Amino acid sequence: MSKTFFIDLTKCTACRGCQVACKQWKKLPAEKTENWGSHQNPKDLSGITLKLVRFNEVEEDGKIQWLFFPEQCRHCVEPPCLDAMTVPGSIVHDKETGAVVYTDLTAKEKDKEAFQASCPYDIPRINTETGMVVKCDMCIDRVKAGMLPACVATCPTGAMNFGDRDEMLALAEKSLTKAQKKYPNAELIDAESVRVVYLVQTDADSYYQFLSADASTIKKGPMTRKQFLAKLGNPIKHMTS
Amino acid sequence: MTNHWIDLKNSDTILIMGSNAAENHPISFKWVTKAQENGATVIHVDPRFTRTSTKADMHATLRSGTDISILGGMIKYILDNDLIFKEYVVNYTNASFIVGDDYTFEDGIFAGFDSKNKTYDKSKWAFAMDAKGNPKKDPTLKDPKCVYQMLKKHYERYTLDKIVEISGMKKADLIKLYETYAATGKSDKAGTIMYAMGWTQHTVGVQNIRSMAMIQLLLGNIGIAGGGVNALRGESNVQGSTDHCLLYHILPGYLKTPKATQQSLAAYDKVYTPISNDPKSANWWANYPKYSASLLKAMWRDQDPKDSFNYLPKLDSGSAADYSWLTLFDKMDEGQFKGLFAWGMNPACSGANSNKTRSAMTKLDWMVNVNIFPNETGWFWEGPGMDPSKIKTEVFFLPCAVSIEKEGSITNSGRWMQWRYKGPDAPNGLKPDGDLIYELMHEIQELYKKEGGAYPDPITKLSWDGIATNGVFDPHKTAKLINGFFTKDTEVKGKKFKKGDQIPSFAYLQTDGSTCSGNWLYCNSYTAKGNMAARRSLAQTEEQANIGLFPNFSWCWPVNRRILYNRASVDLKGNPWNPKKAVIKWTGPKTKWQGDIPDGGWAPGDKYAFIMRKHGFGQLFGPGRADGPFPEHYEPLECPVKSHPFSSTLHNPVALAFNDEAKAVCNPKFPLVGTTYRVAEHWQTGLMTRNCDWLTEAEPQIFVEMSTELAELRGIKNGEKVTVSSVRGTLWAVAIVTKRLKPFTIQGTVVHQVGLPWHFGWTWPKDGGDSANILTPSAGDPNTGIPETKAFMVNVSKA
Ligand code: SF4
Ligand code: SF4
Repeated sequence: MSKTFFIDLTKCTACRGCQVACKQWKKLPAEKTENWGSHQNPKDLSGITLKLVRFNEVEEDGKIQWLFFPEQCRHCVEPPCLDAMTVPGSIVHDKETGAVVYTDLTAKEKDKEAFQASCPYDIPRINTETGMVVKCDMCIDRVKAGMLPACVATCPTGAMNFGDRDEMLALAEKSLTKAQKKYPNAELIDAESVRVVYLVQTDADSYYQFLSADASTIKKGPMTRKQFLAKLGNPIKHMTS
Repeated sequence: MTNHWIDLKNSDTILIMGSNAAENHPISFKWVTKAQENGATVIHVDPRFTRTSTKADMHATLRSGTDISILGGMIKYILDNDLIFKEYVVNYTNASFIVGDDYTFEDGIFAGFDSKNKTYDKSKWAFAMDAKGNPKKDPTLKDPKCVYQMLKKHYERYTLDKIVEISGMKKADLIKLYETYAATGKSDKAGTIMYAMGWTQHTVGVQNIRSMAMIQLLLGNIGIAGGGVNALRGESNVQGSTDHCLLYHILPGYLKTPKATQQSLAAYDKVYTPISNDPKSANWWANYPKYSASLLKAMWRDQDPKDSFNYLPKLDSGSAADYSWLTLFDKMDEGQFKGLFAWGMNPACSGANSNKTRSAMTKLDWMVNVNIFPNETGWFWEGPGMDPSKIKTEVFFLPCAVSIEKEGSITNSGRWMQWRYKGPDAPNGLKPDGDLIYELMHEIQELYKKEGGAYPDPITKLSWDGIATNGVFDPHKTAKLINGFFTKDTEVKGKKFKKGDQIPSFAYLQTDGSTCSGNWLYCNSYTAKGNMAARRSLAQTEEQANIGLFPNFSWCWPVNRRILYNRASVDLKGNPWNPKKAVIKWTGPKTKWQGDIPDGGWAPGDKYAFIMRKHGFGQLFGPGRADGPFPEHYEPLECPVKSHPFSSTLHNPVALAFNDEAKAVCNPKFPLVGTTYRVAEHWQTGLMTRNCDWLTEAEPQIFVEMSTELAELRGIKNGEKVTVSSVRGTLWAVAIVTKRLKPFTIQGTVVHQVGLPWHFGWTWPKDGGDSANILTPSAGDPNTGIPETKAFMVNVSKA
C-alpha cells in the first residue's frame, strides 16, 4: 500500500519539533542564521534544510491569524520533477511507498536548477558541498523499517500524520469536516495529486505562495503552468464527502 | 498541578493565562488539542498573540501585571450573577465561616499593617470561633461577616469599567471571558487553568494564583476531572526539586525549616501541627510529628530524633525578605558571602537584575560551578564590563553527566515520579551530580572527623552512606531511603514489620524513630512491591480509562492519587457531581471507593473534603498569606500609572524590594511596559539549547517584540538592531515588529508593551546577545520572593 502524509495545519503550533527532527535524523548541519524580524529560521529551504516551518501573520478586520506551514516535498503521485532527470536513476520513484527519492546520481546532472524549476511546490535545492540535488525523501529508510518518518514521530499535537494512503485520505476528510466548523474556509490542498496533503484553515496563499500548486506560477521551468496542470489533472481543492 | 497533563483532555473550558503553553509546554498541547476535539473551548489571556493564541478559540489581551483586576472582576461577576456551584461552595469551602471582628480592609490595606517593617500581623485576620474552638459558620451565607458576604464586599469595587481602564482589555472580551469561564460552575462542566511564570513572577504572584484558586472553588472546579489549578512546571524535574526542598523555607515533603526560637523537636512540632476540635476534619497535618521524626531518622540513623533535631540548621525568621534569592544576591553584593555553589544553575543570566547578580559574584572568594557547558556564571569574570585583573573570586568548574547519562527519577508537573534508566555513559568519565555531591560531603565528613570544628556532630554523625553502596552513590538506595523503611522490628496497625522492611505508605510512619523516611510524600513509591516509579503498565479499569488516569504507569504523590482533592468531586453521599467523568465514586461499605485513590478512605460525608486544611474546607478566605486574605490589585513596582481605580495604595505594601534601588513609576525615560518570556526552541538561560546548533539556527538571537504602532513612533524597522534599556541596564536586541502586539489604552492614555526572551547570554553564540534579565528589577513577591520579571518599565530606541 502506498503511503501518504496528512498534515493538519489547524493543529500545528509551530513548535518546530519536525524541523529539528528532520535535521537530526538526516544528520544535517545547522545554517548560520540571524534573526531577520521573524521567528521563521532558516529563511528558506536549502541544500541542508529539507523541512522548514514557515510563519506568516495576516490580519483581516482586526482579526489576526498567525499561520504556520511545515513545508516539505509533497511526493507527487505523478512527479513533474521526473522530467528534469537526465541521468537515469538520479530520481527513484519507489513503487511500494510512492516516495520520490533523489539519489547520489543527481550530482551528475548537468542542469540541476531544472529540478527546482520543474517542481510546482518549489522544493528541490542543491547541496553545494556534495553537488547533489536534495529534498525530503519520506524518511524512506525509516518507513521501510516500519517506523514513522522522523518529523511525524516527533509532532506533539497530531498535526503530522503518516500512513497508508487510504487511511490518510479518510482521516483528511474527517478532519476537514471538523475543521470547517471553526474555519469555514478550511480545505484540503491538492489531495489527489500529492502524498503530503495539507489541511489549511484559510486560503493557501496566506500561508505561502507555494503551498498549493494552483497558486504557484511556474515561471522558470521547462513546463508552463498549463502544461503542468494538463499533466497532473485538475488539482481538486475541495474534497467533500 | 492538582491534576495532570492527560487530564487536560477532560476539560470543557481551558483558560490559559500567565502562560504560553503551546510554546513552552509543547506536549501540553497534545491534551489541549484532544480537549478541543471533544468540544472544549480554549481561552488565552495574554498581552501578546502567541503560538498559543493561534490555537485558542478566544484571545484577550491585558497589560502585564493587571491579572488580579481581571480575576477579581470575574469573582464579582460570578457572585453578582449567582453562578456559584452552591452545594460545593457551602459544603466544601469556607464561604460560610464567620470572619473575626479584627479584620478590616481600608483603601488597599488589610488589618494589622506595620508600615515600618512592611509586614502584616496575620492574627487580625482570624476567624470567629465557637465555644468548641471551631470556626463559626453560617451555611445560609447571609451573615454579613461570613466569608461569602465579605468576598462580595471586597470585590464590589471591581467593576467592568474600572478593569477595562486599568488592564486595557476590551470590554467585550472581558464580558465574553467571564461568561464563558463562569459557565463551568455547572455540576457537569469542568474548567481548568493552565498558568506558569506569567502569573508567578510578580510582586503579587501568589495572590494571582489564589484569585484563580478562589474562582475554581466558587465554580466547584477543584478535585474534578478536567479541573483543578494547574501550574505548568518548567524544568522537567522542578516539581521533584520543590518536593525535595529546593527552597530555603522548607524541608523535604513541605515540612518547615525550623526557626532558632524552636529549641526542641517538641516545640518545633507544636508550631506546625494544627489542631482541629471538629471530629469531621481529617486535619491531615496532625501527622506532622511522624513525618518530621522520620525525616530526622533518615538523615541521622543512629540518633534519637529528639537529639538530631538540634543538628538541623535554623532560620532567624521565615521571611522571604531575609532568605530568598534576591536577598541572597543582595547580601552577596554587600560582601556577606565567601563562597557559592552554582549547581546546575546559571544565575548570571537567570536571576533578575543580572548586572547586580554579576557584580555580586565579584565579591566572592570562591565559586564552584557545576554544569554541563561553560556558562556566564562560571566565566562572569570575563563578561561584559568586567576586569579580570581586579576580581578575586576563584572559580572551580565541575563538568558533570547530563540527565540521560544517569539513572534516577524525575517528577513531572502532574506529580508523576518517573524512573529513568541510564542511556549512554558520560564522556571522559564525567560523573552524575549524585556522585559529585556524595563524594563532596564524604570528604567534608572526613575532614571534620580529622580536624573537628565548631560543631562537628551534625556532619560527622550524618548517615551519609544511606545513599551509597560501597562508597558510590546509589540511586536505588536513595529512592528506597526517600520512601523509608523500618529501623527496628515493629508492629503498626496490626501488621508486623521487620527491621529494614520498606514502609508501605505514610500512614505507617511513626514518631518514635522506628521508621525513617526521607520524604513522607514519597512514602509508597518504593515498597515491598518494588520501584513503583519504574512501572510502565497501561492497565486500568473502565472508570479509570474513561478519564485517562493510568494508575499503573509510574507513580504519583501522594499514594498514587492522580487528582488531588478528589473528595470534592462527589456530593456528600459519594456520588460524582458529573457521573460521565467520575474521578471517584462510593460503591457501598464493602466495595468502598472506585476510580482514583480517594483523598482518604473514610465513607462519604464522614470527613470534610479538603483534608489538608486544618478545618477541612477550601479557603476562599486565606488568612495564611503574607499580603492579605483576599487578593487585591496592586500595580507592579514599576508601572506606567500614578494611581489605579481600586484604592490609593499603588503597590503591594509588603512587596520584597531594596529601598536604595530606584524604580521607574511614570518615568518618561522608561515609558514602555516590558516583560520577559521564553520560546519553544530554548530552555531557561539557554545553556543547553544555545549549545545545540539546530535550536540556535531556529532562534539565533535575542529579539524584542513590539507593535507596528510603537515601531513607527520610534522609527524602527523590522529586523534591525535596537537598544532596550531600563533603570538597571541596557542591551541590544533585534526588533520583531508585529501585529501580534497592540498598544493598550490605559486610563485614557496609549501605553505600549514590549517583550524579550531571557534565553541568551554573552558567551555563546557570539552574536546571540545577552540576558533580558539585565533589564529586570530586584523586586519580589512577599510570600515567595520570586522576582517581578514579568512587568517592569523600559525604553526602546534605534541602536
Ligand atoms: S512538529 Fe507538528 S506542531 Fe510542531 S511544527 Fe511540526 S507540524 Fe507543527
Ligand atoms: S519525511 Fe524525513 S526527510 Fe522528509 S521532512 Fe520528514 S523528517 Fe525530513
